[in-house]
Amino acid sequence: MEWIQQLVNGISLGSIYALIALGYTMVYGIIKLINFAHGDVFMLGAFIGFYAISRWEIGFFPALIISMVLCAIIGVIIERVAYKRLRSATRIAALITAIGVSLLIEYTVIFFRGASPEAYPEVLPKSSINILGVNISSISILILAVTIVLMILLQFIVHKTKIGKAMRAVSLDADAARLMGINVDNTISATFAIGSALAGAAGVIFGVYYTRIEPLMGVLPGLKAFIAAVFGGIGSIPGAMVGGLSLGLVETVVSALGFSLWRDAAAFVILILILILKPSGIFGKNTREKV
Amino acid sequence: MLKVNNIDVFYGNIHALKEVSLEVNEGEIVTLIGANGAGKSTLLKTLSGLLKPKKGEVLYQTQQIGGKPAQAIVKVGISHVPEGRRVFSTMSVEENLELGAYLRTDREEIKKDIANVYGLFPILGERRKQPSGTLSGGEQQMLAMGRALMAKPKLLLLDEPSMGLAPLIVKQIFEIIKMVNEKGTTVLLVEQNANMALSIANRAYVIETGKIVLSGTAKELQESEQVKAAYLGGL
Ligand SMILES: Nc1ncnc2c1ncn2[C@@H]1O[C@H](COP(=O)(O)OP(=O)(O)OP(=O)(O)O)[C@@H](O)[C@H]1O
Ligand SMILES: [Mg+2]
Repeated sequence: MEWIQQLVNGISLGSIYALIALGYTMVYGIIKLINFAHGDVFMLGAFIGFYAISRWEIGFFPALIISMVLCAIIGVIIERVAYKRLRSATRIAALITAIGVSLLIEYTVIFFRGASPEAYPEVLPKSSINILGVNISSISILILAVTIVLMILLQFIVHKTKIGKAMRAVSLDADAARLMGINVDNTISATFAIGSALAGAAGVIFGVYYTRIEPLMGVLPGLKAFIAAVFGGIGSIPGAMVGGLSLGLVETVVSALGFSLWRDAAAFVILILILILKPSGIFGKNTREKV
Repeated sequence: MLKVNNIDVFYGNIHALKEVSLEVNEGEIVTLIGANGAGKSTLLKTLSGLLKPKKGEVLYQTQQIGGKPAQAIVKVGISHVPEGRRVFSTMSVEENLELGAYLRTDREEIKKDIANVYGLFPILGERRKQPSGTLSGGEQQMLAMGRALMAKPKLLLLDEPSMGLAPLIVKQIFEIIKMVNEKGTTVLLVEQNANMALSIANRAYVIETGKIVLSGTAKELQESEQVKAAYLGGL
């Protein structure tokens, strides 16, 4: 029965990784950039949710939506200000810029509010539900439900809407997409907006679940979500979902087996194994390097 | 309809088009022939807005379109079928066609036009749900053309539609080009297969290392000794 509880914990953690990993993978898919500032957007999302809940005294769902909207805007600003001019620059220049943006966000937050952690207000009732004789916290179930809804919504946007089709077209062949009349710049911005909104949602969920947030909280989950995206096959949306959930489960299992000090190492071991055994990831297509 | 006046196009410091001028009149099929690297694709990319001319002008029905972004050019009625088809490989045939109609909002008409494309290329209808990357080269060429037609262009730019295709398929594709033209779409056709191209064109231009070196009616060029020697595989 202990195991079922661990499974639930793993899924909750994995949902957070998956939501962050989606933004990594979508941005990589469309401009081949590993946006290392993405974990910091997740952190901003957590803080936006925190201030929304504690200052304006609003509930979980309004805070979630406010955080998603503001993170979407922040993501677009980051793209327009920092990355857009680097479209034809070398990949390493863009990567270094992303690391710069990441540090800028982290230390701007520290500059304005200090580095001290914050305790997330309790917005959700601390009840639990009995399923098959196991008590599962309602927060876990809510996290899972929100994640599933967001993922279904994302699948719908990507596969059924015009902007989603444009996003896929641009990621496959930007010039051919231009010839269809697709505005590539706007499509890239939309991708950042959607990915950042998901990171914002992950931030609020993280805050509610783990109750402690701080300005550097995005670093490790960001890195792990990136690993999850690579594990799933970078550029693949289902890959990011599966990669995130798997990583959450693996980490929880490693902890539950009594190796909690090794928890963080597990992710990196997975990364190394993937890079050796199947660099394209589980859902990855054979890497077609564009020249 | 389309008038190109003395355009110069560069890739970095490579001078790819040198003072190129050319004209396409409404209703015509005009072909541009030339060897590898002559600058044919560069010219089409400049017309469709993927490249910007450094000098000179591109006039489309009195509008200056040189240097405008690609989406603005699709909007005025010019569609470009790029060299190598460039279909969206993991997307289905039908999704590719829908993307061709990206700037249109008349949903019902779009549906009808997709059906029309399937009428023109029945094999695409049979493969509508299939990822376009799994189509044969000829089918991909048909899809690329169908996709461009979905924008309802007045001027269609075709870049080497015969490339890599078996003679029978090439013949079929050229039949369709003629048909599309007869239905009122003006065509600018880039080809290395000069024989085929000249057989359906009204007029033709010959480009060599970024310069137009010859032009005339298709018949004149078919009979020109210079063209015969260089492009028609004559003795
Ligand atoms: N992206 C690019 N960067 C630099 N030079 C380029 C680029 N694309 C084309 N060129 C050069 O410009 C010239 C014209 O190329 P273009 O592709 O227009 O030729 P083409 O006539 O279409 O040839 P082909 O029949 O082989 O398709 C060539 O010398 C080519 O090397
Ligand atoms: Mg070419």
